[in-house]
Amino acid sequence: MMALFQAKRRNILPGFGLSMGYTVFYLSAIVIVPLSMIFINTIPMGWEPFLNAVTAPRVLASYRLSFSTAFFAALFDGFAGLLTAWVLVRYRFPGKDFLDALVDLPFALPTAVAGICFATLYSPIGWLGQLLSHWNLQIINSPTGIVIALVFIGFPFVVRTIQPVLEEAEQEIEEAAHCLGATRWQTFRKILLPHLFPALLTGVTLAFARGIGEYGSVIFIAGNLPMKTEIAPLMIMSKLDQFDYAGASAVALVLLCISFSMLLLLNAVQEWQQKEYRS
Amino acid sequence: MSQPDTNNSKAPVVNKRISDPQSVQVLLIGLTYLFFIGFIFLPLGLVFTQAFQKGWSFYLESIREPYAIEAVKLTLLTVAIVVPINAVFGVSAAWAITKFNFKGKTALKSLLDLPFAVSPVIAGLIFVLLVGSRTPFGSWLGEHGIKIIFSTPGIIIATIFVTFPFIARELIPLMEAQGRDEEEAALTLGARGWQIFGKITLPNIRWGLLYGMILCGARSIGEFGAVSVVSGHIRGQTNTIPLHVEILYSEYNFTASFAVASLLVFLALLTVVIKNGMEKHFHKNSLHL
Repeated sequence: MMALFQAKRRNILPGFGLSMGYTVFYLSAIVIVPLSMIFINTIPMGWEPFLNAVTAPRVLASYRLSFSTAFFAALFDGFAGLLTAWVLVRYRFPGKDFLDALVDLPFALPTAVAGICFATLYSPIGWLGQLLSHWNLQIINSPTGIVIALVFIGFPFVVRTIQPVLEEAEQEIEEAAHCLGATRWQTFRKILLPHLFPALLTGVTLAFARGIGEYGSVIFIAGNLPMKTEIAPLMIMSKLDQFDYAGASAVALVLLCISFSMLLLLNAVQEWQQKEYRS
Repeated sequence: MSQPDTNNSKAPVVNKRISDPQSVQVLLIGLTYLFFIGFIFLPLGLVFTQAFQKGWSFYLESIREPYAIEAVKLTLLTVAIVVPINAVFGVSAAWAITKFNFKGKTALKSLLDLPFAVSPVIAGLIFVLLVGSRTPFGSWLGEHGIKIIFSTPGIIIATIFVTFPFIARELIPLMEAQGRDEEEAALTLGARGWQIFGKITLPNIRWGLLYGMILCGARSIGEFGAVSVVSGHIRGQTNTIPLHVEILYSEYNFTASFAVASLLVFLALLTVVIKNGMEKHFHKNSLHL
């Protein structure tokens, strides 16, 4: 590694000072200074009030709700995303290109629009709400509704991380397994799934991280009942509305720390996977 | 799942890939369609049936009333400012990261992923904490007649934060793949810095740049959480299109709400079509979300 660094040639291209300087200035002004405001607003609180703020029953309930709904939505996206990627890469069928293009819709559609759509679909007089009321199932104003909104939001992350890996997977290995007498299901479980697992994990983690912070698509269907369907970002919002800046920062700090450690963990897992793969 | 294979003794057909049995294929394709119907087609269909529930004239009225027009104007203004600013940053960051080797490159690259891990609400919160009227800096600005939070500059800054990585993340892999050879050749032939950039680099990256700008623009139009925190929801003044949709919806004015939302759906569909067209054109499979 050291040898590589020393061997690299001296760069003769101009513009390093300008581009690097501008990049660092921009990132400081837009990202680092504003984000540090969360710490600056939390530190003067002191330990005791901070703990009180983030362990208040209503706040704890909102964390639990955000994590559990994001978790189940990401899990569901794992299955739906793997299925969709598999079908889009391996099979030919009418409407394939159309579906492939529409995978990106949750990413392009403003979250508020997704929010009002699902809230209306599952309302007691909505298309799906009417249907489900026959079985006394209520989706709106319940955690299930939040999960549905988050499944929509996280879906493209999973499909688009698995798709390229599946496209590049060599089918010769599957043929070899076939020749050796493995069934399709065995081949899938023992060969394809381990190969796809890192991408699947990445996609699911991205969907999960996105789900924890999601706001626009959730608030319409959730009903925002205290202790029941109030998500963590909404707690921040309501503390802000009461001008409780320190409280909002404290709740935000915990949420940020968890999201960042999730992504760091993901990076670590990926590096470990790559090392395993090489050796 | 699949049946035990009984055809092992037969020689495999030349050039025919092994595949799943027809029944499994039909089942899996059916399940995928079911998922798409529930999560994509029904919501899309709903928007248009709701929007036109009271007929064409009501639809046109909803999107032409003064508050809706003000919201469209504010959103267009935001996009027109945010996209060029982030484009300059994206090119600058991609130039620094791909044309030079330096310490801390990985840290810089991971900073570019940061907004994806930050909740939109937190993205709004940090700017309220920085320049809100109750903060020292914000009240100093207020004394000099500058209002950022609950006004247009706040909306623009929050949108910049949420969308700044899109263009850089599009350009970095592209410029990494293109290398430095062409620029170095131009340099040895006597070209100056801006000449190299204008005549070599920019033509090479123009499609990637355009693509990144489309993604950045799409996200700027639709950003809701961050903008909602800093906007203050003042009708006709600090209401973007998504916020206008929210207000109409919370006033139980569903038809008008969906009518305005249908504009956003058109834009989203257009984005998806352009994105796929460009990806097909450049044989690009990866998507940088």
